[in-house]
Amino acid sequence: MAIFKLKINSKEFQVDVDPSTPMLWVLRDHLNLVGTKFGCGIAQCGACTILLNGEAARSCITFVDSVGDKEITTIEGLSENGDHPLQLAWIEHDVPQCGYCQSGQIMNAAGLLKANPHPTDEEIESAMHGNICRCGTYLRIKAAIKTAANS
Amino acid sequence: MTIVKTEFNRRSFIKSSLLTGGGLLIGFNWLASSCITDAPKGLSIPDEWFEITGYLKIGENGVVTIMSPNPEIGQNVKTSMPMIVAEELDVDWKNVLVEQAPFNTIIFNRQLAGGSDSIKQSWPGLRMAGASARNMLIEAAAKKWNVPVKEITTELGILYHKGSGKKAGYGEVASAAAQLSVPKEVELKDLKDFKIIGTSRKNVDGHKIVTGQPLFGLDYKKEGMLIAMIVHPPAFGMKLKSFDATDAKTKPGIKDIFSIKTFNDDYKPQWCDTTSFTELVAIVGNSTWEVMSARAYIKVEWEPFADYKIAMAGWGGDQLVTVPAGLESTADHNAKMVAAAAKPGKIERRDGKPEEAFKNAAKVIERTYTAPFLAHTPMEPMNFFADVTADNAVLVGPIQSPEYMEKTLSARLGLPLEKIDIQMTRMGGGFGRRLYGHFMVEAALISQKMKAPVKLIYSREDEITFGIYRPAYHALYRAALDANNNLTAFHVKMGGVPENALHANRFPAGALDNYLAESWEIESNISVGAMRAPGSNFNAVAEQSFLDELAEAMGKDPIQLRLDLLKRAKENPVGKRNDYDAARYAGVLELVLEKSGWNSNSAVKNRGVAAYFCHSSYVANVVDIVGDKDNPVIQKVYAAIDCGIVVNPDAAINMTEGSIVDGIGQAMYGQMTFSKGQPDQDNFDSYRLIRHAEAPKEIEVHFVQNEINPTGLGEPPYPPVMGALANALYKATGTRYYHQPFVKNKFD
Repeated sequence: MAIFKLKINSKEFQVDVDPSTPMLWVLRDHLNLVGTKFGCGIAQCGACTILLNGEAARSCITFVDSVGDKEITTIEGLSENGDHPLQLAWIEHDVPQCGYCQSGQIMNAAGLLKANPHPTDEEIESAMHGNICRCGTYLRIKAAIKTAANS
Repeated sequence: MTIVKTEFNRRSFIKSSLLTGGGLLIGFNWLASSCITDAPKGLSIPDEWFEITGYLKIGENGVVTIMSPNPEIGQNVKTSMPMIVAEELDVDWKNVLVEQAPFNTIIFNRQLAGGSDSIKQSWPGLRMAGASARNMLIEAAAKKWNVPVKEITTELGILYHKGSGKKAGYGEVASAAAQLSVPKEVELKDLKDFKIIGTSRKNVDGHKIVTGQPLFGLDYKKEGMLIAMIVHPPAFGMKLKSFDATDAKTKPGIKDIFSIKTFNDDYKPQWCDTTSFTELVAIVGNSTWEVMSARAYIKVEWEPFADYKIAMAGWGGDQLVTVPAGLESTADHNAKMVAAAAKPGKIERRDGKPEEAFKNAAKVIERTYTAPFLAHTPMEPMNFFADVTADNAVLVGPIQSPEYMEKTLSARLGLPLEKIDIQMTRMGGGFGRRLYGHFMVEAALISQKMKAPVKLIYSREDEITFGIYRPAYHALYRAALDANNNLTAFHVKMGGVPENALHANRFPAGALDNYLAESWEIESNISVGAMRAPGSNFNAVAEQSFLDELAEAMGKDPIQLRLDLLKRAKENPVGKRNDYDAARYAGVLELVLEKSGWNSNSAVKNRGVAAYFCHSSYVANVVDIVGDKDNPVIQKVYAAIDCGIVVNPDAAINMTEGSIVDGIGQAMYGQMTFSKGQPDQDNFDSYRLIRHAEAPKEIEVHFVQNEINPTGLGEPPYPPVMGALANALYKATGTRYYHQPFVKNKFD
């Protein structure tokens, strides 16, 4: 066990965990930030996506001892009142079915729009390739990303 | 206006509300609070709620809370079911809050997510619930104003008395209405007066989902809660021999490691009980990562089991099921299926003289279709919270079949049904997987042993390799043509491991003078279960591909061939047991023909069509493919659907889009294979699901407009698109796709 200081959603946190603990479980088990989802544990589905210094990362393979002073953003911290352009666009297009993968989809899209504010359809498909939606809401996700990019 | 008798009474509501209150308070801190204390639409929460019926309560300020009775699995019933209640209550949807109802068979009927039946089966009950409450509010206002009940009208949550000019919000009379008896009969609205049903309303959990608030079973927490995982046999045909937990127990955060047996020896499992892995090793600790890490240090020995028989409790009485010994491989399954298909099957239906017609045929077309086992892989892995004491059991989590699992839990824990409290969380998908609640029993047994609240979590690997798969299927289709290419006989012989997919009385049965349907099955110890549109999810591909090939051989347009057959089935049906409505079937084909410009759009060269009926609804698809033959791209999919009245159109379109994407994904990529009993796929690196770029670029959904009571929609749009895809791929590539996953044939 070791103590780690983490900056998450603009707040300071301290956790005492094994250094090999993935951020996914630090967030979910130790900090009660359960918006970041467990889907596969091997970075194949994207449900656990967070932002590390603004870049999308899979928290299931991001170990707590590798984070250092990088700033973490989770779905809970993407906006103060749930009014990030992506969140609003997700509501406008009524994207979710079961909803489980959607926080990962939104966080990955947030990383995409930071790097590329006006992606083409092909760029969206390529950037979102690692995020599985088992309910099949891909068309609405794409439409919502385009709406957010234009807002 | 329709007058219907109500089917509930006041007493049941009083009893149920006590039960609800008690149940909700036990360990239900965040779920209860997250349901109601935040008002996402800017509504002010009332100071006091008045329970009018078990389905709804009204605050003094007129805000209404409607309970959504059924498990929410992504089919959007948490929005659409309350919409039906709100319609008959005659309230402004803006003033409605929705709460997930507790599992409670005293108030609610059929709290099940399955069979595409939530809306279909609850349609009358939900309307009655809304109408009853509206009646009680009217009665309370009539008493207050001393005017006849008949003179009071309502609109958007306000009561009016024209004669005196009096009006009052529902909230003003809610307290008095709550004291009244539920009326014996109520009037339902005319369909033309619907203001909410038939209009698109957004997902009531939308805001919570996009802001990452706790909604799912895996998100549930209680103070003092431990985390548990299981270890199950690595292969079908194996059982637990022994285990050594010495090392694992020394790892940080680990509380205990022990084995559990999910059934008592004399227990007769019911349909939702899984009998493949019934003795498991459980590991319990403080946190998920500690348990996951330590689990790898448990040394487990497994051994092959011998053949055994289980008495399964069925609707038609007990059934003795044989579980064969052996470590099965896909290659063996395939060889056995080919051998079985070559022998006569069990005759399920025979019309006319099919054997004779085949003998006299000028030409016989014969094709074989296959599909592999599939895993459900809902995005939220299996999990459940359990807090079991000597007196009662509280279970919280994602389950499609609480009513049935309550019985299993009662038998295993030795607690009466009323001491088992099941709370349903929003589910991160299910597709049938969460009908089989073995994980509830496991969680309960672990909690019982630990004398502590426990959340059981499956890893993705645990879930994919646990079983309960869609069976592997095989179908032989034959058609007899005369010298003029007229269809004279049709023969289907369908089998599978361990179940077949035959629906002998569906189309084209009823449309052909000479028809033969046979089935066969091969025993297996690999467990199977219902997956989205069971059976239909293979039939539609095989049959609809075969009809396409048949149309080509007959020199007919594929839609026209189907319409001709349906015309026969409608005007002069063969046999009496045809379980489809030929006119509605033809209706969706005609609609998709029109909307896709089937006869007029010459720009699209590579298109395929299919139509299928299941779960009481009719769906036809046209799939358009562009790109060259080595890189086909699914450009557009059209869907024409007859599922009766559509409650929430945009959500219905969303679910249809999802079904189409799912269908294309399963047909193109899905497969579970086995080597010596062991699954070859265990996570999303080996079990391939459809991803963003592989989805169609565009999907256009059309509903037949009619006044038929709603029928299923979660499953019906899933099967036919696979057939339409196979037929479009043939046009695009020149190759017929007989074997799933199609990607194995080419362009991987």
